[in-house]
Amino acid sequence: MLIAKVVGSVVATQKDPGISGHKLLVLQVHDQANQPKEQYVVAVDAIGAGTGDLVLYATGSSARQTEITKDRPCDAVTMAIVDSWDLGGENVYEKWA
Amino acid sequence: MHLGRVIGRLVASHRYEGLSGVPLQLIQPLDADGEEAGSALVACTVVSSGPGDTVHFIDGREAAMACPETFVPVDATILGIVEEATNDSRVVAGLHRRDR
Repeated sequence: MLIAKVVGSVVATQKDPGISGHKLLVLQVHDQANQPKEQYVVAVDAIGAGTGDLVLYATGSSARQTEITKDRPCDAVTMAIVDSWDLGGENVYEKWA
Repeated sequence: MHLGRVIGRLVASHRYEGLSGVPLQLIQPLDADGEEAGSALVACTVVSSGPGDTVHFIDGREAAMACPETFVPVDATILGIVEEATNDSRVVAGLHRRDR
């Protein structure tokens, strides 16, 4: 999984019926030091994440392993909202700080 | 499967329901010489690994198969703590590498 920030959402009226009804998020990947990278992905939201949240997302066929993405054309799905993490004993991010 | 080193721990209380209680850790992948290779990632762990440990991890669809609940959106799981990894009889990673 990778850490990413929810920076937006996608509205697409014409899309494959397989992914209709699911919220699509634009994610910007962050590195382990919480620095944003110039790398963006569109992911199906499986956990109710919103703009500004730092999330974990899974890619590839693992992204189809949720109730809402099973057998669907999906290769990226959010699977957790990050509260905090530490790196080498130092706190890097604290959601509630 | 790949070699890696645990570099941090991550807390996420709101997560996909089948994943409750599974620890999440940051790992730095290592190459065949035990040197850092590629970008860090987050993995579930099913062993009691912690920061500083050399581990081996699996990625892709199979990573979920190691989790307590197997139908979960997981693409990386730590499977074991490495005591020693050798390459051409050189110790490249693990507890027995002298410079670590």
